[in-house]
Amino acid sequence: MESIIERILQNKFWNFHGGIHPPEQKTLTSGKPIKQLPLPKQLILPLQQHIGRQGDLLVKVGDKVLKGQALTQSSNPMAVPVHAPTSGTISAIRKSAIAHPSGLSELCIFIDVDGDDTWKTREICEDFTKLNKQKIIQKIADAGIAGMGGAGFPTHIKVNTKPEINFLIINAAECEPYITADDLLMCEQSEAIIDGIKILEQLLNPAFILIGIEDNKPRAIKALQHATKNIEKISVCVLPTKYPTGGEKQLIKILTGKEVKSGTLPIHSGIVVQNVATCFAISDAVINDIPLIRRVVTVTGQAVSKPQNVWALLGTPVNHLLEHTGFVTEHDSSKANPPVTSPPVIMGGPLMGFSILNEFVPIVKTSNCILAPSRAEMPSAFDNNSSEVECIRCGQCADVCPSQLLPQELQWSAKAKDHQQLNKLNLFDCIDCGACAYVCPSKIPLVQYYRIAKAEIRQQQQLDLKAEKAKSRFEARKLRLEKDKNAREEKHKKAAAARKIAMSKRSADGGSASSAVAAALARVKAKKKAKSNDELSVFSIEKAESSSVLSVSSDEVTDEKSQVKAAIARAKAKRLAKKDDVSTLKVANKDSEEKEKTIKTVKTVDDKKAKIAAAVAKAKAKAKKEQQPEQSLPSSNEKEVKATSTKTDDKKARIAAAVAKAKAKAKAKKTQEKDQLAVMSNEAHAPFKSSNEESE
Amino acid sequence: MTDYLLLLIGTVLVNNFVLVQFLGLCPFMGVSSRTETAIGMSFATTFVMTLASLLSYLVTTYILAPLNLEYLTTMSFILVIAVVVQFTEMVVHKTSSSLYRLLGIFLPLITTNCAVLGVALLNLRLEHNFFESIVYGFGAAAGFSLVLIMFSAMREKLANADVPTPFKGAAIAMITAGLMSLAFMGFSGLVKL
Amino acid sequence: MINILIAILVLGFISALFGALLGYASVRFHVEGDPIVEQLDALLPQTQCGQCGYPGCKPYAEAVANGEAINKCAPGGEDTIKKIANLLGVDVEPIDESHELDSTLGNGPTVAFIIEEDCIGCTKCIQACPVDAILGAAKQMHTIIIDECTGCDLCVAPCPVDCIEMRPIPETIQNWQWDLNKIAVKQLD
Repeated sequence: MESIIERILQNKFWNFHGGIHPPEQKTLTSGKPIKQLPLPKQLILPLQQHIGRQGDLLVKVGDKVLKGQALTQSSNPMAVPVHAPTSGTISAIRKSAIAHPSGLSELCIFIDVDGDDTWKTREICEDFTKLNKQKIIQKIADAGIAGMGGAGFPTHIKVNTKPEINFLIINAAECEPYITADDLLMCEQSEAIIDGIKILEQLLNPAFILIGIEDNKPRAIKALQHATKNIEKISVCVLPTKYPTGGEKQLIKILTGKEVKSGTLPIHSGIVVQNVATCFAISDAVINDIPLIRRVVTVTGQAVSKPQNVWALLGTPVNHLLEHTGFVTEHDSSKANPPVTSPPVIMGGPLMGFSILNEFVPIVKTSNCILAPSRAEMPSAFDNNSSEVECIRCGQCADVCPSQLLPQELQWSAKAKDHQQLNKLNLFDCIDCGACAYVCPSKIPLVQYYRIAKAEIRQQQQLDLKAEKAKSRFEARKLRLEKDKNAREEKHKKAAAARKIAMSKRSADGGSASSAVAAALARVKAKKKAKSNDELSVFSIEKAESSSVLSVSSDEVTDEKSQVKAAIARAKAKRLAKKDDVSTLKVANKDSEEKEKTIKTVKTVDDKKAKIAAAVAKAKAKAKKEQQPEQSLPSSNEKEVKATSTKTDDKKARIAAAVAKAKAKAKAKKTQEKDQLAVMSNEAHAPFKSSNEESE
Repeated sequence: MTDYLLLLIGTVLVNNFVLVQFLGLCPFMGVSSRTETAIGMSFATTFVMTLASLLSYLVTTYILAPLNLEYLTTMSFILVIAVVVQFTEMVVHKTSSSLYRLLGIFLPLITTNCAVLGVALLNLRLEHNFFESIVYGFGAAAGFSLVLIMFSAMREKLANADVPTPFKGAAIAMITAGLMSLAFMGFSGLVKL
Repeated sequence: MINILIAILVLGFISALFGALLGYASVRFHVEGDPIVEQLDALLPQTQCGQCGYPGCKPYAEAVANGEAINKCAPGGEDTIKKIANLLGVDVEPIDESHELDSTLGNGPTVAFIIEEDCIGCTKCIQACPVDAILGAAKQMHTIIIDECTGCDLCVAPCPVDCIEMRPIPETIQNWQWDLNKIAVKQLD
């Protein structure tokens, strides 16, 4: 630790492996100040502009919003809100193409700008040193700040750390060609950036703060040195220009000589890296209460006549920026015959950026550059056919790889989709810098292969996860079904045992048919008594049980007359039960029980006709329940009885039971409240239909 | 002691069973497509070869020679080898089920690996004593393992490489084996026995 | 004559000796169960769709370990067959035609979708779903938990009103795959 600081103070830095020196092309924009653009007519704000999840919407179409008003709110720590960059009306919330290489559409908020630019009420904080840590983190989270260097990791998570921080590194390297956004920001807003760093210092309390900046930004270096000359803890480290110095792990290696192990984060080594633009956003958020609604964007390339850095509100469509910097398409002359593909516009730098789908793609929190190259400048962007030829195994890619991987090996394995081997070769330590593809003499787009392979591996992991989940759910279900089956068998066994006991009791009583009838009558009497004791719920269950016992045993008992009597007795008992003023809940309980019983009896009884009769009775009962024609109820039942009376005694008994049940149900329904009834009848429709079909 | 060491080096490098004597080529081509399998096969073959040369020495010296039954050597050697292979198969199945699956048919096929019978017969012809037989058997197996693993590592790389279409698959493997054989010829004269 | 007898006796003796050794070894190194089933099960896609003719992935894994054809897993497709072939050391077979996926839906993964206004709440699909990915109760409208659905389409057939259909999973930022050459890497001069 001591030696590291000593070395830093002497301005002797380490080096990282590999790296390239592409033409910088920064002079196109570095000499000009950051331009303020007029407000665009419409802003398009994707709900998700960073790694993590999107927040929940707070506004709806037609709402008037003020500048700085939050449009979403985060319910999840990995989500950050988005804010209205200016005042206006929300005209739509729908899917629209976003700044993503896929060109896919995501949910966006469209704001029609009113031009007034009215702020919401802000609380300007005079002295941030008086704020406590939680308050500052809350402010940062509410301002929707996500890392502005490229990945867009939510900042409030990165600064809310427990472990001791040795180094806070401010990434001002901006190593990619063309881009000068951070450079200009440092020149013009160095004081605010230093305020942001001070806020971070207050949060993290690091032992040392290092600002890593490449030596191709002399004005920014001077501005920073001037702003930090009275602060001992901060040291401006001027680094030799090399791509990709701005990579997080590479910058750490250069400044501290430490290597971040594969699969770990810098925080595990006591290091936090923040982008310089993020520092500016933090100071704006904490001191001026300005949420992250604008950023500096470099608009450059030879296809724009006035390349310049601009302050762009988030959500500004790219074409608005291009219009104000003099974008000329090379196909302008042939307007009658418009080109099939528009000239390429790249979001991000030439090495790590991606072509955008159309010019209405909005600026988001992570977009630092809009590059509109001319054909001569970047022929490959105009030509989608890859000019890739065979690998000649020169090994230059391995020489320049800043992560010390084996790009050539990775390429073979990526082409062969050998995911295991790719993991072995540490594909996920690749930072997508594109240095290998830049030096490749065979023009192999190596990074593209890696990106595809990474996406495939991630998807495979997701599928594996899903398969694992499906498996456990399947096993759980199998277990549950098994348990249910066992429980059912257990119940059946118990029921059978109870039946046997009842049978043996009956035969012990006399063994003759008349004794069975007597027993049934006795039961009915007992039931009547029990009922008068107001023990309705207990009674109904008991009754239901006895009825099921009777209906099943009726098959076994040979004496038909006794069966009939028993059935009649049962029916009478039920009718009596119904006359009582029963509460709707109990009725509902009983009702469902009886329904089950009906279905059971229908299933167990072999006689088809009886089944049909029961089904008809049920259907009628249902029909009545729906229309409530109380008068027709008895007549229909009588008709039913008449129709079936011609059949054998055995059948009669069964039918009587079914009719009785149907009646009971109808009556039960009557007692129910009307609204409940309506709902029930509607819902009952389907199962009844299916059971009818079944019985036929 | 030096003799044994020289014998070992001689069998592994100079008189390599696969690349110089061209014995055991069938597993050399058959199980070299994956390094993992090749390593498993190497261990199994080493075990079988060492044990087989030991047992065949015992059988010839203590059973066949006293009874003047030398004409039964080939037959009894095959018996010995078959038993050892069966035994190895059982051990492998018990210890590593996946290796057992990976080796598949090649495990029982060690029985017909000519290198195994070759080492037993060569032991007899070269009139090796007990320890020399074991060292020779082990050395032959080690040489076999060395080239098999090296070859499989190369083939793994070749599988992903952009080989010209007519040479894809077995063709390029044969060429590689030929080049390896050429390379091993460089060892000739390293050890004078 | 005596020579031949001696030779036979000697060979017989050696064979008996080795036979005894092998007999002992087969008892000593007896393998219990078959851990290969677990490995096979891990390779299968766990859709539990039953398209292979077995009631789930585990039973099919067991069957494959016992010599069933390896090319019956339609959701797994070529990849799974390759992996199984690799594990078992057998040749890759083309997927069994009778088990091939319905190509009318495209080759991408699908999930079941219940047209909710048509659902009558019969719970038949709930009983059919092997992974409990359908939410609902009797007489209540059902719906599919998309994240849990394996796309096995076992719920489609039992539906009495045909309100379930298979739909492809929409492409999002999360499952999007890079398309080569959509952006070219720049060669600066």
